[in-house]
Amino acid sequence: MNWRRLWAVVIKELRQLRRDHITLLMIVGMPILQLVLFGYAINLNPRHLPAAIADQALTSGSRQVVMDMLATGVIEPVKDAESPQQLMSMLRRGEISVGVVIPWDFERRRALGESSVQVLVDGSDTVVQNAALQLAQMPLTYTPGSPRDSSIPLPELPISVVAFYNPQRVSAITIVPGLIGIILTMTMMMFTAVAIVRERERGNMELLIATPVSKGELMLGKLLPYGAIGLIQTSLILLSGVLLFQVPIRGSLLDVYLSALLLIFANLSLGLLISTATQSQFQAIQMTFFVFVPSILLSGFVFPFEGMPEPAQWIAELLPLTHFIRLIRGIMLRGAELVELWQDWVALLVFIVLMMVLAVSRFRKSLD
Amino acid sequence: MTNDVEIAIRARNLSKTFGRLRAVADVDLTVARGQVYGFLGPNGSGKSTTIRMLCGLLTPSDGDIQVLGLRIPEQAEKLRQHIGYMTQHFSLFTDLTLWENLQFLAAVQNLSRRQASLRVKELLQEYGFAGRASQLAGTLSGGQKQRLALAGSIVHKPDLLFLDEPTSAVDPESRRDFWEKLFELADAGTTILVSSHYMDEAERCHRLAILDRGHLVADGTPADLTGALRGRTLEVSAERPRQAKQLLMQVSGVISAAQIGNSLRVLCDEVGDCAGRIERAFAAAGMSAEVSATTPSLEDVFVAATNEHKAVELRGESE
Repeated sequence: MNWRRLWAVVIKELRQLRRDHITLLMIVGMPILQLVLFGYAINLNPRHLPAAIADQALTSGSRQVVMDMLATGVIEPVKDAESPQQLMSMLRRGEISVGVVIPWDFERRRALGESSVQVLVDGSDTVVQNAALQLAQMPLTYTPGSPRDSSIPLPELPISVVAFYNPQRVSAITIVPGLIGIILTMTMMMFTAVAIVRERERGNMELLIATPVSKGELMLGKLLPYGAIGLIQTSLILLSGVLLFQVPIRGSLLDVYLSALLLIFANLSLGLLISTATQSQFQAIQMTFFVFVPSILLSGFVFPFEGMPEPAQWIAELLPLTHFIRLIRGIMLRGAELVELWQDWVALLVFIVLMMVLAVSRFRKSLD
Repeated sequence: MTNDVEIAIRARNLSKTFGRLRAVADVDLTVARGQVYGFLGPNGSGKSTTIRMLCGLLTPSDGDIQVLGLRIPEQAEKLRQHIGYMTQHFSLFTDLTLWENLQFLAAVQNLSRRQASLRVKELLQEYGFAGRASQLAGTLSGGQKQRLALAGSIVHKPDLLFLDEPTSAVDPESRRDFWEKLFELADAGTTILVSSHYMDEAERCHRLAILDRGHLVADGTPADLTGALRGRTLEVSAERPRQAKQLLMQVSGVISAAQIGNSLRVLCDEVGDCAGRIERAFAAAGMSAEVSATTPSLEDVFVAATNEHKAVELRGESE
């Protein structure tokens, strides 16, 4: 390893990156955009669902029920309706997510203790469905039983949920630590996946391999600058997570960065391997998605790891993101120390070494 | 072994097959030090493949190569710091400035920081880029790009320089300038192997190899090669050149006839009095024609060499 040549490759990569304004924008913009998207937009307790209310009773009692429903803020009337049929066609057309029917015999039903209000809901969105279930419980707590003719069975008993570490069930708190992993997986792997194949496409590779620069220098020279960028991204997400969502960092900040660094190099080395195995940048991008999609779905970021079938768990164990999610949630939310979570960082370390060895041995300084 | 000091490249039975395609077949090659050696041949004749094998970028399917006394491809890594290679397509970084490109190449070619900055400054001056050090390489014109690529390939003052069709996309004036630079380098002792499909460039080389579909079909100094064709090239002036050409192609012994303005340039084989046969053919057809001898050019050499090679191949197939 010749340090002068290695440094020359690092500087060259950074200079090229500096001129690539779109990529630069992506490096800074993507973490912030994603954080805001996941943190604010993907809220599991939705509000302002578009709704329509068909009040056929038009009594003071029925108006009171409507006012109570609107007061929750979960629904927002966007259309007028007179009959359940109208509501159903609005639902089908997607104009509303929730329809509320108050039948003409509302007062009599309420007096008899029968179900007196029907909530029609767009069941194709589970989040909306859950929201509507809550809504159905809220204003009519004195209405026992559930509507027999409704497609939504209402729970017999209110279920109390006690959430540790995130008692308010704020999505951002569980999402931000995982989001560091998602963003690093996406950007880091992409950077190195195209790094070598791009130079092959542009013809630079023929020039490079005819010079004394070694395989190791070339590979490491491409890895180091992006490693630094990964740390910048980590800082950006952490900072905005703390500022915007008050995400706690209960463990040590050094442990957070060390885990991030492990994931960064795991993805960069996997990207390099992809780059040595593909013929074009397009293929390389496709390959990164081949890894990226299972990473999102199986790593425990979206679905709880324990709930997955065993084969899916085996695959998940092979993905660097799975180990990182365990590390980062442990450190940031439970205040664990890196040493305690040794299985996961050892797994990441093994992954990095394996990928680098494969990438360097696959890369040939020839055009064969 | 003593003459190895004088020999820059020696290749024996060099072959390369890609699948079923025989890109290079049994090429023997000797290039003396300090020479400007030309590779002449049409596209697909195996020029690039041969050059890539000689610099150790492609593994030959068969044959032995020695470059600067090193066995290739086994010792290719050792060779790299002694050779410069200018690729057929512009391969410097278009998103780096001229200065950044040359600095990078200087560093990977093991020049120290101080050596590198002196050398880069010197090259920018010599190659006409003074005051343009901070221009992006991608914004250069075709001719300028080639000049920059040449500067980049000699940043470490190599003993041997490989150039793969360096002037194929360059206007005539830039080509002339480019060749001036090559001769300056050759005068300073650099051995140069350059491929081209331009005849005028081939004529400037000290020695030439003509490649045709992977085979080396002729090899020698331009003077030797053209001298061997003396008496076989004729100029035929006729009233209707296109008809005259059709008639000529039927005369036995005529290998090719190319229209040049109002006259025809004819290449004959070695057998008998070709001029006499042509005159008789025109007389029989009732056309008037003037036949005179003309000096052979490298184009004639090229046509003759590829034609003879084709004949050999055909004979081989029919046997």
